[in-house]
Amino acid sequence: MSTTANQKAGIGSVLWDYLTTVDHKKIAILYLIGGMFFFLVGGLQAMLIRIQLVVPENEFLSAQFYNEVLTMHGTTMIFLAAMPLLFALMNAVLPLQIGARDVAFPFVNALGFWLFFFGGIFLNISWFTGGAPDAGWTAYAPLSVFSEGHGVDYYAIGLQISGFGTLMAGINFLVTVINMRAPGMTYMRMPLFTWTSFIASVLILFAFPALTVGLFLLTFDRLFGANFFNPDMGGNAIIWEHLFWIFGHPEVYILILPAFGVFSEVIPAFAKKRLFGYSSMVFATILIAFLGFMVWAHHMFTVGLGPIANSIFAVATMAIAVPTGIKIFNWLFTLWGGQIRMTSPMVFALGFIPTFTVGGMTGVMLASAAADFQYHDSYFVVAHFHYVIVGGVVLGIFAGLIYWWPKMFGTFLNEKLNHWFFWLFFIGFHLTFFLQHFLGLMGMPRRYWTFLEGQNLDLFNLISTIGAFFMAIGTLVFLFNVVKTQLKGEKVSGDPWDARTLEWSIPSPPPFYNFKQEPLVRGLDPLWIEKMQGNGKIQPAEPLGDIHMPNRSLTPFMISLGLFIAGFGIMYQGGMWVLAGIGFATTFGSMLYRSLKDDIGYHVHKEELEEEGDGSNG
Amino acid sequence: MADHTNSVENTDKHEFYKKKHREQMKHQVVTFVMMIAFTLIAFGLVIAEVSAMFTIPIILVLAAVQVLFQLYYFMHMNEEGHQWPAVMIYSGIFAAVLTILALTTITWW
Amino acid sequence: MAEDVLKSGNLPENPERATLEGRNKFMGFWFFLGGETVLFASLFGTYLALRNSNAEGPASEDIFGLGLVFIMTVLLLTSSLTSVYAMYHMKNNDFKKMQLWLGITVVLGLAFLGMEIYEFYHYVHGYEFGYTTSAFSSAFYTLVGFHGGHVAFGLLWIVSLMIRNAKRGLNLYNTPKFYIASLYWHFIDVVWVFIFTVVYLLGKVG
Repeated sequence: MSTTANQKAGIGSVLWDYLTTVDHKKIAILYLIGGMFFFLVGGLQAMLIRIQLVVPENEFLSAQFYNEVLTMHGTTMIFLAAMPLLFALMNAVLPLQIGARDVAFPFVNALGFWLFFFGGIFLNISWFTGGAPDAGWTAYAPLSVFSEGHGVDYYAIGLQISGFGTLMAGINFLVTVINMRAPGMTYMRMPLFTWTSFIASVLILFAFPALTVGLFLLTFDRLFGANFFNPDMGGNAIIWEHLFWIFGHPEVYILILPAFGVFSEVIPAFAKKRLFGYSSMVFATILIAFLGFMVWAHHMFTVGLGPIANSIFAVATMAIAVPTGIKIFNWLFTLWGGQIRMTSPMVFALGFIPTFTVGGMTGVMLASAAADFQYHDSYFVVAHFHYVIVGGVVLGIFAGLIYWWPKMFGTFLNEKLNHWFFWLFFIGFHLTFFLQHFLGLMGMPRRYWTFLEGQNLDLFNLISTIGAFFMAIGTLVFLFNVVKTQLKGEKVSGDPWDARTLEWSIPSPPPFYNFKQEPLVRGLDPLWIEKMQGNGKIQPAEPLGDIHMPNRSLTPFMISLGLFIAGFGIMYQGGMWVLAGIGFATTFGSMLYRSLKDDIGYHVHKEELEEEGDGSNG
Repeated sequence: MADHTNSVENTDKHEFYKKKHREQMKHQVVTFVMMIAFTLIAFGLVIAEVSAMFTIPIILVLAAVQVLFQLYYFMHMNEEGHQWPAVMIYSGIFAAVLTILALTTITWW
Repeated sequence: MAEDVLKSGNLPENPERATLEGRNKFMGFWFFLGGETVLFASLFGTYLALRNSNAEGPASEDIFGLGLVFIMTVLLLTSSLTSVYAMYHMKNNDFKKMQLWLGITVVLGLAFLGMEIYEFYHYVHGYEFGYTTSAFSSAFYTLVGFHGGHVAFGLLWIVSLMIRNAKRGLNLYNTPKFYIASLYWHFIDVVWVFIFTVVYLLGKVG
């Protein structure tokens, strides 16, 4: 309870601290470590894919192994890298941005992380037990139902576990934003990153249940002889496609909206202007989320839904270009006339705008149903979604990480190395994926293990692989930078970027209670207002008093561990049913323990707080 | 929380709330009776084998109204402080309707 | 300070939302129910897509018996009303009566669950309508079984709350817990209204 106790801690106590933490800032670090680990795993898989495709008729990987690597690359990057890295950013800054001392459900927040973690580990254990999932990250039935071995079972159960975690994280952020805002922090004064994370959480809430059901049906078909997707018994494989994309398309916006939010923070901070068209940005975010629910069938144009359905979904899809365009222009107008500082987060933002615009334009091309019959399942699609996911989400994640790194760790990443990272990654990205548009138009189908000689595909594939190496080297530069910075451990002030929002008004890293006194928010960009009109410090909204904090707990870890163990029992059945028994007993026992044991938290007393600094960024 | 000083005012308040709760409870019972009646009508229509063209829309509407009763009376969505729950429930219903519509109309085989 | 929430007696109006923790639970649980709506919609959609795909197994008209379903419906609707009564007494800070009505709710829920198990048993053994018989049977058991699982979970939840708090009465810490458990129970009823309409009644109408 005492804040002075954390001086020199052994590895054991640090481990225990993180296993039982309910502090959103530490959970952010856990998400960051987990997400970065899986990002590197997924990146390694990407390199294997590109090495296999460097020359025609390559035998570097076997066809079966290629299928597994390809499936796991997509699954890992979406579910185990991009989502947790975004959750890392949200956990690190969202409560700070709205002036909250904590999230609404600290316990559930920890539970969300551990579920993600154990789901991801579960999925990757498949490599060592006879083969990873091999049916593509979309796991279309009936291929996924008849796929041999246990690979797809690992996919279904692993994603199920981590999906529960995502749903909980989403609900936690929703309630945090609604109930935990500081005095004066009205909805229309919330920073854009908070807004976009909020809307992304709404999408999580309504999209993930469809995936939950889809994965259950797949599991039941594979393991318990159900017939949902088996045509011989009256089943219908299209149901999987619908459920998967009812989840899958909103998922794309779950990923991109927080990235939009990051850029909407970075650009005003380094253009030294308030965000142009704040309210239209909010409106556009909501509109994207709304339309995002009505477009999933554009992934299914070639299924044969009929011209009417295809037209409706084509028009709805194209409509999304409008709010997205509003955002692009707002960013440009924010830049216009600003005092631009070319810091590395800003360079990422400037690289993002044209890259994402290209991805958006190929998106509109794909949205026209008639043309899509040509593009479908070709490398054109691969190029398109890497332009939006890497060019949008990944650039956004790294911009956010570099921008908020001082806030998370109190240290400052080396700017020179950050620029090296950007240029290597950015040039490598365009080398890798720009030519894939043309590979697709030239008829190269996606997901194929190899290609034949003499079809004019050799050169572009070679260049694409060279580009991938640039991206890999760039990532290594970033990792080197992280290690170097953290070893050096040079501390920075609370506001190293001279930024505008509330998170920069407190020390870096913030004390565990975040705000010593609840801040009083007087408008949009509250810190900037105080810098321009006040003394540069946020005014407190309350006198110094006791602060209520939640207790740490191992229960989230145990609940997740139980499901992890139970997964093996359900999958292998027979004698392994014992594991299901043990696992579910652990999970439900832990839940019961949580429910029955009073957990009312504790108070940090006023006297202890008085001994510390003034709680400002100074 | 502890208002020991104004115990007279407290009992007054308590009586007021009690009365209010009794009023609400009357509404709940009426709601319940109507729900049972709706259920009887729905089952009755099907058992009496009234034409399907007529029965299907009627029983679906009855179900929808029953659900609104549950939400607004039994789950108190008619009370204040339920704006956000209403937003999320209706958003959920929106996504639910889209899902069911797609799976019943364009699940092509 | 923090222990104040464990003191019983003298509850304010809407005790379930009197503390920040209570408000968070209340809000978060409603949102969870919004997500559950989509979960059940996906199951309903799947069922509707497959309800005529009986692959030479029994069809819905052959097996469904409306008498049993009607009794189950009345049981569950009544249990919804009894949990409203429980919340009514909670708001009046009458712990004993609340426990009594929750007890009645649990008994009704158990009766419902027992009838559902009997019903499934009857289908499997009387009609050879197993989980793997056809796409229709898989969809039927999954949808209705998911609902049954929710009922079972809700019963365990309510019972454990009743036992845990039996000796100490109502306070600001446990009223939100009782309240959201009752919200969950109502939601189970909401889902059942659609199950008896869409699965059983439409299954008979065709």
